Amino acid sequence: MIELYLFLVFMIVAAIIATEIKDLLAAVISLGAVGFSVAIMFILVQAPDLAIVQIVVEVLTVVIFVAVILRSTHIDETVGKKIAGTQITAVVLFSVFAFLFLFAMFKAIQELPAFGNATMRIAKEYIRLGLTQVGGANMVANVILDYRALDTLGEATVLFTSVIGVVALMRKSGRKK
Amino acid sequence: MKGMSLIVKSITNVVIGFIFIYGIYIILHGHLTPGGGFAGGVILAGAFILRIIAFGADAKGEDRSSLTASVFESVGGLLFLGVALAGMAITGIFFLNFLPKGVPLALSSAGIIPICNIAIGIKVSAGLFSIFLAIAAVKSGIED
Amino acid sequence: MIIFISCIILFLIGLYSIVTKRNLIKIAIGFALMEYAINLLFALIGFRKGALAPIITSVDSPHNFVDPIPQALVLTAIVIALGTTALMLVVIMRIYEKYKTFDIAEIKKLKG
Repeated sequence: MIELYLFLVFMIVAAIIATEIKDLLAAVISLGAVGFSVAIMFILVQAPDLAIVQIVVEVLTVVIFVAVILRSTHIDETVGKKIAGTQITAVVLFSVFAFLFLFAMFKAIQELPAFGNATMRIAKEYIRLGLTQVGGANMVANVILDYRALDTLGEATVLFTSVIGVVALMRKSGRKK
Repeated sequence: MKGMSLIVKSITNVVIGFIFIYGIYIILHGHLTPGGGFAGGVILAGAFILRIIAFGADAKGEDRSSLTASVFESVGGLLFLGVALAGMAITGIFFLNFLPKGVPLALSSAGIIPICNIAIGIKVSAGLFSIFLAIAAVKSGIED
Repeated sequence: MIIFISCIILFLIGLYSIVTKRNLIKIAIGFALMEYAINLLFALIGFRKGALAPIITSVDSPHNFVDPIPQALVLTAIVIALGTTALMLVVIMRIYEKYKTFDIAEIKKLKG
């Protein structure tokens, strides 16, 4: 599984570039590199459903980011400016929090089953009974649309809310000049 | 938004039908192969967005597309909720799979799952397309 | 073990971008990075060595699958992430129209 580690190193480098570079368009392209690496990793861990969605969603995310940058500016004028006092405070607080968070996550991950040995306490029953109870051959579809359909209804509502927000904020008529 | 060059337009003419058919295939086979309503809906939205980027849209056409997209989003949401409420009306349990399960691994199997996939596909594609129209199509008042 | 910690580091890079950067687009990029890290962590937790994708291809073959539940949870979250990112970018665009800058320190100064 060496390729998983290589992709993770690539993603971390691309993420650092995306947060530090001066040109915002280049930052968005680096974000796209991270997203497509996530899609490839989904294929490597046997999740083809997620890979299909991630590829197309990543394309749309980059398109929307570029659309916003093209109608504003693509230079990040805050890079290389004099560092303010609040920013130093933010960096210090972030370092303390990151250290504590890494420690807590280290403890939490030790409780998880090791990588490659998922216990599947619930999923075993779903896989054993899925074909007779629900009838679908795709287990992911069985889970999201039958066993946990109420969750999917909630997610659809969230999508609806965000569409309403976007359309209301970008409306043309009725705005003050 | 203006259209793009002739090369882009010709390629789009050839490719867009295949993208559309692929999206519909992903939605309809969502219970048998990888994919489903979310993946297929996003692919369909990508096809619509490709058409707008390549050919452009005037203000009137954009208003019409926006209205149609919002109607379709409501139809998808109501269809999904209607399936859930039909389960409650017939059996008394919200979201129960009340239709016959059919033969395993056949296209018409799995009860309500294909219907839910179609509803979610309509909803996701219309929703993402209207987000794109609102953000990126004809300049929506930055200069005015 | 190391692979989970790497996901956490990716998450922390996104959090660093949100907390310390002054450019609004960089903050939106930080949110997107955090979403990727969490989605990837979920998919990695459900992985089993030598198992196949959770799709049944014939009725009587042995069902040796990876865990489908984390995949189902992440599938909806990816699409929702696109919706929330678009909403965030629209708000950023309106802020730019009003103040002509992405710098949150400048925006605070102009307001006060």
